[in-house]
Amino acid sequence: MSNTPRKQSAVTRLARDPVSRRRFFALTGGTTAAGALLVACGDDEEETATGTTSSSSTTDEEMTSQFGEGDLGIVNYALTLEYLEAAFYAEVVKSGLFKGDDLALIKQIGAAEQEHVDALTATAKQLGGPPAEAPMAKFPLDDAQSVLELAATVENLGAAAYLGAAAMIEDPEILAAALSIHSVEGRHAAVLNVLTGQEPTPDGAFAMGADMQTVLDEVQPFLA
Amino acid sequence: MQNQVQASPELAAIEVESLNRSTFLIRGVLAAGAIYGAASMTPIIRKAFAQGASKGDIEILNFALTLEYLEAAFYKEGANVKGLSEEVAGYVETFGGEEQEHVDALKATITDLGGKPVEAPAVDFGDAFSSQDAFIQTAITFEDLGVSAYNGAAPMIESKDLLATAGGIVQVEARHAATIRFAAGEDPTPQAFDPALTTDEVLKAVQPFLA
Repeated sequence: MSNTPRKQSAVTRLARDPVSRRRFFALTGGTTAAGALLVACGDDEEETATGTTSSSSTTDEEMTSQFGEGDLGIVNYALTLEYLEAAFYAEVVKSGLFKGDDLALIKQIGAAEQEHVDALTATAKQLGGPPAEAPMAKFPLDDAQSVLELAATVENLGAAAYLGAAAMIEDPEILAAALSIHSVEGRHAAVLNVLTGQEPTPDGAFAMGADMQTVLDEVQPFLA
Repeated sequence: MQNQVQASPELAAIEVESLNRSTFLIRGVLAAGAIYGAASMTPIIRKAFAQGASKGDIEILNFALTLEYLEAAFYKEGANVKGLSEEVAGYVETFGGEEQEHVDALKATITDLGGKPVEAPAVDFGDAFSSQDAFIQTAITFEDLGVSAYNGAAPMIESKDLLATAGGIVQVEARHAATIRFAAGEDPTPQAFDPALTTDEVLKAVQPFLA
């Protein structure tokens, strides 16, 4: 394999960054088309492909069944998360902890989450539904700072959840819809990160997805 | 890989059979019609497609690479803008570095897949560097455009692994867009659903920045 300097430097970077390395392996050594193509080309990165066994695939299949199969399952999984987000912002607005610009931002983010709920509900129905029901939720609303931090956590998780699920979506139109929501969750996350003194891009140049089990474990404390 | 001669290889890259099915869905949420559109292409991207293999995914990656080249070049020049606030200067450095990482990753991936990465286009950002305001407005244009470009192209990616990677990039573009908008006192999320743009619309939008 002829290593150009450019490629060399990318590999060097990957070698010291486990997060990017994982992504790189998923990118170049996956079991789908990319991996097959590498093998077919006789590229000596076959051993990369060997190291790509996803530890989360089994979990993802199990969790999908909790929400239903296929795209409907993924839509209902997303809907459940959007319900939680919308409920959270509704409570935050009611709490009286915020005023002025911060309140306006929170209201706007909450309104977007509610639009996501409405769109996903309609989508679930069109897929033969039923749509997931709104979960009972409870959130700690102690003070403005901790609420903003929780909002940032929730949005970063939401963005990671969409990213983790996107590749499992079969219908291109549903994928397009999910992507249009995914980047908005990313926008919310970035602004809330800035407001709470965190990096707007905490994963660096490549955002990381999260699988369903990870996401559901994270939201568990907020389910009543 | 055969060098297939197609009347319009770029069209082959952006047609997806299943997109034309009259399924349901969130009409009005997406500019759905836009996703199907396939009109004329500008020379730069004609070149991009001509250099790639016939694989649709490689063509999409080269399209993305062209945009990332533009963004990386923009931030690189932006680092010289006089009078940037400390906050904005910090974003220029961080975001510029991330766009360069996208460039590097896309080039390496295209090469790994047996394709040929397109060359960086010659750029002309006009008076985008004349003031912090001008710079920020152009940065917002680029980042929002990047989001819409990836969101429009991603559903056409065949490989699930590449799709996940494109998703990881578009989320970062969205984070950049929102952060810069917020720093400028603008609405970080102007819409509840980010629009998707066709390849053609994206190229039209970047045309003013090509030398």
